Amino acid sequence: MPAVQDTIDRVRKIDVDQYKYGFQTEIAVDKAPKGLSEDIIRFISAKKDEPSWMLEWRLEAYRRWLTLDEPTWARVHYPKIDFQDIYFYAAPKSTPGPTSLSDVDPELLKVYEKLGIPLREQEILAGVQKTDASELEEVSDNVYKSGRVAVDAVFDSVSVVTTFKKELAQAGVIFCSISEAIREHPELVKKYLGSVVPTSDNYYATLNSAVFTDGSFVFVPKGVRCPMELSTYFRMNEKNTGQFERTLIIAEEGAYVSYLEGCTAPQRDENQLHAAVVELVALDDAEIKYSTVQNWYPGDAEGKGGIYNFVTKRGDCRGDRSKISWTQVETGSAITWKYPSCILRGDDSSGEFYSIAVSNGYQQVDSGTKMIHLGKNTSSRIISKGIAAGFSQNTYRGQVSAHRKATNARNFTNCDSLLIGDQCGAHTVPYMEAKNSTAQFEHEATTSKISEDQKFYVMQRGIPEEEAIALIVNGFVKDVIQQLPMEFAVEAQKLIGISLEGSVG
Amino acid sequence: MLEIRNLHARIVDDGTEIIRGLNLTVKAGEVAAIMGPNGSGKSTLSYILAGREDYEVTEGDILYNGRSILEMDPAERATSGIFLAFQYPMEIPGVATMEFLKVAMNEQRKARGEEPLKIPEFLKRVKEAAASLSMDMAMLKRPLNVGFSGGEKKRAEILQMKLLEPKLCVLDETDSGLDIDALKIVSDGVNALRAPDRAIVVITHYQRLLEHIVPDTVHVLYKGQVIKSGDKSLALDLEANGYAGVIGEAA
Repeated sequence: MPAVQDTIDRVRKIDVDQYKYGFQTEIAVDKAPKGLSEDIIRFISAKKDEPSWMLEWRLEAYRRWLTLDEPTWARVHYPKIDFQDIYFYAAPKSTPGPTSLSDVDPELLKVYEKLGIPLREQEILAGVQKTDASELEEVSDNVYKSGRVAVDAVFDSVSVVTTFKKELAQAGVIFCSISEAIREHPELVKKYLGSVVPTSDNYYATLNSAVFTDGSFVFVPKGVRCPMELSTYFRMNEKNTGQFERTLIIAEEGAYVSYLEGCTAPQRDENQLHAAVVELVALDDAEIKYSTVQNWYPGDAEGKGGIYNFVTKRGDCRGDRSKISWTQVETGSAITWKYPSCILRGDDSSGEFYSIAVSNGYQQVDSGTKMIHLGKNTSSRIISKGIAAGFSQNTYRGQVSAHRKATNARNFTNCDSLLIGDQCGAHTVPYMEAKNSTAQFEHEATTSKISEDQKFYVMQRGIPEEEAIALIVNGFVKDVIQQLPMEFAVEAQKLIGISLEGSVG
Repeated sequence: MLEIRNLHARIVDDGTEIIRGLNLTVKAGEVAAIMGPNGSGKSTLSYILAGREDYEVTEGDILYNGRSILEMDPAERATSGIFLAFQYPMEIPGVATMEFLKVAMNEQRKARGEEPLKIPEFLKRVKEAAASLSMDMAMLKRPLNVGFSGGEKKRAEILQMKLLEPKLCVLDETDSGLDIDALKIVSDGVNALRAPDRAIVVITHYQRLLEHIVPDTVHVLYKGQVIKSGDKSLALDLEANGYAGVIGEAA
């Protein structure tokens, strides 16, 4: 059979139902009535036992949201969302703020076990298994030698457990759910919440400000290097329920923290909404490294179901010489609308964005970053690798701008797209704006297809077709994978392989 | 080991027939040289043996150890022991040569139902093979063939061949782009692989390579057919008198 015809046939047969985390769990839940109103917001706030200032903050955001229109500029298409048909709050019944693992519903623990997420500290203490691959790789700089990871597990609308809290507290690090932070550390939350992504920022961020349910809070005080990797795993379980997570990470002067976020959801015919806001604040000489492995359910072979992922992530390099680095591996979601950004406010601050976005089936990805240079001698680096297969559309959208006062701003952007098959699309939409003559911006972009020559060569060594494609793709994304914490790099490589199954040609 | 019977094959895209009734038998333990002028179908033959989809076999058969391989994909052929050293090895950006070797060796082991190699054993084998080809281990950390010189690429091909231990080795113009020192190293590498249970098919344009890899049989390919077969003296004859005489004889 001619190679091209073969490709087309295979792509037609695409089966994205190989989604591994599509199981659903029967758990007794406490839900708010469907729909959105001031009463629902009061309900959420009361459930979380919030102080009145928090409720006022939410209500203000809600009133503003009512005046906004849904944005349409992204290259994604979907039917209008009926916000009155969504549950905005769902929590496993047995967890009114569990204090230890023994308080957590065993069914819930099973879910995390199935997902392969370690919640038992003694298991985590045993260390992460080293894989063959990692032995061959050179170890990157920011690897925690202990191999330990503290986890905050968020199930639908609430955080069910956070591990290693005590040990972190000894180092002065606060790692807890945002709900707990609002109750226990109101002064910090008041000071920083909404200071990077204001409630008025955009349609989804405003909605999130009104109805956010849970997420993680991290505070690393002055001069502290967080002693372990922090991570949050988000799981959306309930039908017709939106997840509105809110994460806030603050690194004070000279502090360092590396944080990883993972997400999965059951396989459903209906679309589910995920609208998160993540805010990062880095003060003088602080560094925050934020990595995401996003694997929400992408929908089935016909494009039915899947998560709508509308996310606002922004980091503020508020202090001089501060650094924020975003690394994302995006393989899931029916629709992704996401632009982790950096505001380079402090002098000599730097921002990085490393991204791998894989789309298959009928997935639509519109993702990229914004690097806003405000301070002097600021620098940013963008490495984006888009891989489109099946009937998917994969768009990189980026903005780099230098303010009038941002002398010597520097940016390097590299966007590469790889196409597998001929029914998919890759698009690059870069915006660049320099209001300062000393700014130096570089942009490189390539689009390529996996060549038959390359595939034939790799297969001739005895590597089966799908593995051959995965190998070539993993080579293509290598620069970005290297930025991930080592423990997750191997996982991310496997995930990319799984996401592309059935796409070969 | 290899028996090609009345093989006809054409390019899928435009239907051009390249191989037109080719017959060839290569026994285990034999080194067979395939020579011929440009455009005679030498490289095409190597691609068809390895299973490239751009060519379609319209008639005849290729038997490997008595079994037809026409229905097997390139990876299946490779794991059954067929290796092609490419004239132009492909660059695989981002994939370290070492990593590639490990994946290839372990995939072949998996296909044979063997356990993956332990890292120390893998490293030992690679180090030995690389040393025998005067290859620097530092080079193996670089992405496969990316930025390699012509000579380095050819050496990397022979390295892979050594490590994968194939039963039927097909070398497509392995001498092209090699200086005399590299030619010597590569030829020694190939000669070291001569074994009673292994057949080696050397495709070349010139006699030069055959001074180093001395063939048992020589076959002249012209317009997609083997028009003359003989022993190594045939190669010398071609070197002295050119292809014209042989072609004239056949016509």
